[in-house]
Amino acid sequence: MAVTETETEERVIRYNEAFTETLQELMREDPDIFIAGEDVGRYGGVFQSFAGLNAEFGDERVVDTPIAEQAIIGLGIGAAAMGLRPIVDLMFMDFVMVAMDQIANQAAKMKYMYGGKASLPLTITTTAGAGLGAAAQHSQSLEAWLIHVPGLKVVYPSNAYDLKGLLVSCVRDDNPTIITLHKKMLGSKAHVPEGLYEIPLGVANIVRPGTDVTVVAIGKMVDEAKKAADILSEEGIDIEIIDPRSLLPFDTETVVQSAKKTNRIVIVHEAVRNGGIGAEIAAQIQEEAFDYLDAPIARVGAPFSPVPFSPALEMSYVPSAESIIEGVRGVLHRIA
Amino acid sequence: MATKEKSKISKEVLLDLHRRMVRIRLLEEAAGRLASEAKIPGFIHLYVGEEAVAAGGCVALTEEDQITSTHRGHGHLVAKGGLFKPMMAEFMGRATGYCKGKGGSMHISDLDLGMLGANGIVGAGVPHAVGAAFANKYRKNNLVTMAFFGDGATNIGAFHEAANMACALHLPVIFMCENNEYAEYTPRDRVMAITDVADRAVAYGMPGVIVDGMDVVAVYEAAKAAVERARNGEGPSMIECKTYRFYNHAGVNAFGTPYRTDEEVREWMERDPVKLFEAQLELAKVLTTEEAQAIHNEIQGEVDEAIEYAEASPMPDPLTDMLTDVYTEAS
Ligand SMILES: Cc1ncc(C[n+]2csc(CCOP(=O)(O)OP(=O)(O)O)c2C)c(N)n1
Ligand SMILES: [Mg+2]
Repeated sequence: MAVTETETEERVIRYNEAFTETLQELMREDPDIFIAGEDVGRYGGVFQSFAGLNAEFGDERVVDTPIAEQAIIGLGIGAAAMGLRPIVDLMFMDFVMVAMDQIANQAAKMKYMYGGKASLPLTITTTAGAGLGAAAQHSQSLEAWLIHVPGLKVVYPSNAYDLKGLLVSCVRDDNPTIITLHKKMLGSKAHVPEGLYEIPLGVANIVRPGTDVTVVAIGKMVDEAKKAADILSEEGIDIEIIDPRSLLPFDTETVVQSAKKTNRIVIVHEAVRNGGIGAEIAAQIQEEAFDYLDAPIARVGAPFSPVPFSPALEMSYVPSAESIIEGVRGVLHRIA
Repeated sequence: MATKEKSKISKEVLLDLHRRMVRIRLLEEAAGRLASEAKIPGFIHLYVGEEAVAAGGCVALTEEDQITSTHRGHGHLVAKGGLFKPMMAEFMGRATGYCKGKGGSMHISDLDLGMLGANGIVGAGVPHAVGAAFANKYRKNNLVTMAFFGDGATNIGAFHEAANMACALHLPVIFMCENNEYAEYTPRDRVMAITDVADRAVAYGMPGVIVDGMDVVAVYEAAKAAVERARNGEGPSMIECKTYRFYNHAGVNAFGTPYRTDEEVREWMERDPVKLFEAQLELAKVLTTEEAQAIHNEIQGEVDEAIEYAEASPMPDPLTDMLTDVYTEAS
């Protein structure tokens, strides 16, 4: 196919805009979709991620709710059970805890408990991540709490392009899904095509092919891994970066294939290392590729403390390119 | 405020109310400035405009009584006797701060002063007040607990559960609502079908009164009555203070926001609780303009010293401080 001029001019937009645009396109397509959450209506969301939607779709479809996280998720569950396709927002991922019963005991289990009758095409949107001086209750990444729950799907896009495709898949999915944006990535830009496209849940992305070490990176850590890759490549170390994109379902196959190729694995996430998703991924890799490993699997994550406020602490709390490089060196220096 | 009513309150208490309000105002204005210069990191929720609530509430308490707070907690801590130096240091993330730089503005607290913590989770402090009041009743120490919370917080389950429990257990709690008509950027009437939060009190079996939250004497008198009730073993009360935050939900912009009109902000600013009270004190010959100015100057000096102190204070050290205070060590 001949490439025309307009096709080569890639449209680049912000992560945040990709989110808004996707919601807009989805809502134009499907009248059963509505949005509910705190400040999402008239104000357009605290990060302006819902800007303009209330103006276009009105108060009925873009609903300002009271501060009531349990009832917000419950609203989504009840409406989804009646066949609507709700998108409900928890402003900060930390507030998942306030609504955990509705998420984990209700939304996730309804299908199973009721013998398969209840389908819940419910999407929960939220924002995670440290690095903004927002302290212990506004900075967490809680994906590990969610992947422990059968019945949920958990998605953590690392760039604007993936965000759009994954959000579309979440909203069109007939199960409760949670999609987590990273607060520090809201302004990051990428090529995002106009119009709706899906990225299937459960398919990882090989962000950078490499031969020496596999780095499995979650969310914003993909960017840090890319920085690490640039620095390491100057020393002749060639890392392969895998972004799982969806954490539940998880693409074990792609990660295991990579492990069999590089024989050395580093897993990096922003959440506390202890009990983090890295532990689950490491366990899955060793179950399927133990004989291929030349070093113990390394995990890079936050230390075992709440997210500290002071920038002096927070800066070294959040994993970075440097901590990934350290992890990579660690697994390389192990002799097989 | 009728001059007649005020005369029942001693000069000492009037001056205390005034001083605590000015302390909050000047610390907050400074904190706002420092935040806009990026010397204070993170989110900052200023209490400017609502000083009468914290001051009126806390003057009605003893030093030993407890309070719980919100994400907008600076004013509560100041009113409960918080010192400027460790507060400023905390805002700036220094090791010398009240929380060793680990909590920051949104978690400012000093449990030694009976201030059980500013909170990042809306409504979450209210049940803590119920627990503290339970401990007071358990120990028969005759102390009471005052929960400060916003209008928005009364929409979350934690608030309702706590209010019901406090009444069912007949605990010495004062529910002190700061109704500033907004939860972040959403006006109350979009998320509540009632106008007065105090209407909710009856559902739990406690009295609910509405006071002018810009009138510190009105707040103080309502608080005093509720505190007395609680201390006498007559159970919880709710006080709804109609008030207003002069600045944006977070940060220091007062005007030009899309969710409230500048005209509305100006109208409320004309009812500035500090200025209103100073005018009343002058009229009642309790405090002259010059004397009021001298108090401002003195407190401003203290604020400036606190800023110097905070700026000269060390940052916490990731190597030694990151993992401390996660658990209580066995003694
Ligand atoms: C459980 C929870 N939900 C949402 C938020 C985000 N949030 C922070 S402050 C706020 C508004 C609180 O309104 P109100 O209780 O009236 O207090 P005000 O800010 O007006 O003092 C919201 C929604 C939060 N911190 N916690
Ligand atoms: Mg409010």
